[in-house]
Amino acid sequence: MNKTDQSVTLDRDIIDLMEECRLREYPESYLITILHRVQARYGYLSEQHMDEVAQYMQIPTATISGVATFYHYFRLRPRGKYAISICLGTACFVKGADKILEAFKTELGIDMGETTQDGLFSLENSRCLGVCALAPVVTVNDRVYSNLSAKQVPDLLNKIRFEDQ
Amino acid sequence: MTQVHIRIDDTDLAVSPQLTIMEAAEQLGIQIPRLCYHPDLSIEGACRVCIVEVEGYKNYLPSCATRVQEGMVIRTNSPEIRQARRDLVELIIDNHPRECQTCERDGNCELQNLAYAMGVRERLFEGRRKLYKVESSSPAVIRDAEKCILCRRCVRVCSEIQGIHNLSQLYRGFDTRVAPAHEAPMNESVCIACGQCINVCPVAAFLERPSTDAVWRSLSDPETLVIAQVAPAIRAAIGEGFNLPPGQIMTGQTVTALRRLGFDIVFDTNFGADLTVVEEAHEFARRLKENRDLPLLTSCSPGWIKFLEHFYPEFIPNASTCKSPMSILSTVSKTYYAQQRGIDPKKIFMVAIMPCVAKKFEAERGEHVSETGAPYTDVVLTTRELIWMIKAYGIDLTHLPEGEFDHPLGFSTGAADLFGKTGGVMEAVLRTAVEQLTGQTLTSIDFQQVRDVEGIREAQLEVAGRTLHVAVANGLNNAKLLLEKVKSGEAHYDLIELMACPGGCVGGGGQPYPPPGYHVLDKEILKKRAQALLDIDAGKPLRKAHENPYIIEIYKEFLGEPGSPVSHKLLHTTYHPREPRGIK
Repeated sequence: MNKTDQSVTLDRDIIDLMEECRLREYPESYLITILHRVQARYGYLSEQHMDEVAQYMQIPTATISGVATFYHYFRLRPRGKYAISICLGTACFVKGADKILEAFKTELGIDMGETTQDGLFSLENSRCLGVCALAPVVTVNDRVYSNLSAKQVPDLLNKIRFEDQ
Repeated sequence: MTQVHIRIDDTDLAVSPQLTIMEAAEQLGIQIPRLCYHPDLSIEGACRVCIVEVEGYKNYLPSCATRVQEGMVIRTNSPEIRQARRDLVELIIDNHPRECQTCERDGNCELQNLAYAMGVRERLFEGRRKLYKVESSSPAVIRDAEKCILCRRCVRVCSEIQGIHNLSQLYRGFDTRVAPAHEAPMNESVCIACGQCINVCPVAAFLERPSTDAVWRSLSDPETLVIAQVAPAIRAAIGEGFNLPPGQIMTGQTVTALRRLGFDIVFDTNFGADLTVVEEAHEFARRLKENRDLPLLTSCSPGWIKFLEHFYPEFIPNASTCKSPMSILSTVSKTYYAQQRGIDPKKIFMVAIMPCVAKKFEAERGEHVSETGAPYTDVVLTTRELIWMIKAYGIDLTHLPEGEFDHPLGFSTGAADLFGKTGGVMEAVLRTAVEQLTGQTLTSIDFQQVRDVEGIREAQLEVAGRTLHVAVANGLNNAKLLLEKVKSGEAHYDLIELMACPGGCVGGGGQPYPPPGYHVLDKEILKKRAQALLDIDAGKPLRKAHENPYIIEIYKEFLGEPGSPVSHKLLHTTYHPREPRGIK
């Protein structure tokens, strides 16, 4: 945590966006829009970036923290190179998504929302992706893996590791 | 004004449409059970304990958050509502540690009282418990999320009254907890340590850092000279801890109780206040003459000072450099007094009894240590902690004979007593500064313009051919309003008194929890405590700080004159900008 560093690290266009929002009515209502933009750019919301948004928008940092932790969409840690998202929607769940999730947790040694030490994988959950016919479904970045079973998880990870080299 | 006609529990009444069902019911003497509600804070509607039945509505409505409407037929009581309320309370306590007997708030807990009143006699629900560690990084305020019932009173007081916005609810659902931004430890947050979160918390999710163990230890050590000093606001509030009505003056009994506890010497923080007045009045007169760094901002409230450092560092040059009465008294005890009596200052253990939680933070500030690196104030106890110690020792405060403070640092003028209430520092400083500026003796010394316990007051005084603009603020949202006015040039002031807590120190974060019939931060309690201090002031023969004979003596023998190099070294301090920066 670097609280003393007040130098601005946010990109210019995000600062421009904030300045534009500040001129509008109810500037604080644009907080989520701004956080979306920050996450889209940097992959996650760092404390430094949230502090900077707080100062620019004059929105209390605790409020921003509250919003960022409330919505599952926002990530507070850097995402791995391969973001594994396990669908925990109803159809996937009844077809064993929870066991798949457990398998990933055991194989990677991380919990939901965490990233492996090497920065390669992170685990996320998602609600229904709308492809229930293919349940249980896992996405890795933009690739969809369907009809997966817990047994296949180690092979899937090895395949990704191999392709990554 | 138009009124609406409603029926509550078979009684017809006409009330203002502005009222909530809860407020309308109070007019009939019906106190609907409640938990998250607080009259000075915004409506939350989080706990649902105050539900009532309204004809035509399928669901029960929260009476704190529902306005009355024409023709409403309301039932506050029925077997079904009582059952529903009891279920709600049971569900809250199901998720709450079962530690009542060992909890600091045992006997003062709103949840405990509510559970009793609702008739909860057994635990019916066995659910998953949330488990969190106690967060005790701050020298002043401790956070125990495990006890939190998510009523959000702390979040509201911190933002709505204090303007700090340090706390927020983080995460969601079962994982929801109240914490500073990024779930940072309290000592790495913008927390100003005022302790109002402790006051408004219905349970014990916030507490002051306990310091009684260190005091018991020093009291039983024959080698140590244990000195107590008592802040002005204590004497007006301590009785409440012993079932006395608010505003009972208990100065002499408190002194006796401290002696019985084993304190070797009992000094009065008031002496420090008198000294602060003389130094600050001198500082004020000099700044007026040189026309610089105005308005002068008072500096006795450590919560306000921490706020200044986080939120308004640009105003640091305006702050009075005078130490607070507590730190001044501790300093002169370990220098002047020790020298005079030939005592090794290392053997002195200074215990300050304060209405304040932020004083615990102030005592640990690096600026308040002697040349040897030892703190001038060793321990700060809140009023609540002293009440507990007195009870633990088996002393009945109400029946004690009245004792006297020890001299020379136990004698004070009426000006010092005023420090415990909002506007009091201002009035005390004016009594001395006006005489200095005019060179004449004041005959009328009651500055009515700055009395009362409202959040913001302004006044103008004609002094020595010029108009002095003064202002008083308590509660830091009010401080923000004044400082923003100064910044924008909208207003000019010469002197501003700022206190972090509502009503000043009488409403401090370390004061007794409210007695039955009152709520936390009740203006009626604050007024009664403040009136007690005004009464003490009015009853004293000397009421101007500079007329205190022991103050005259300490200048003659030790300090030289106000603003002298010795004064500056010992009685003045410095401030510095703090991270994280607050959001104004």
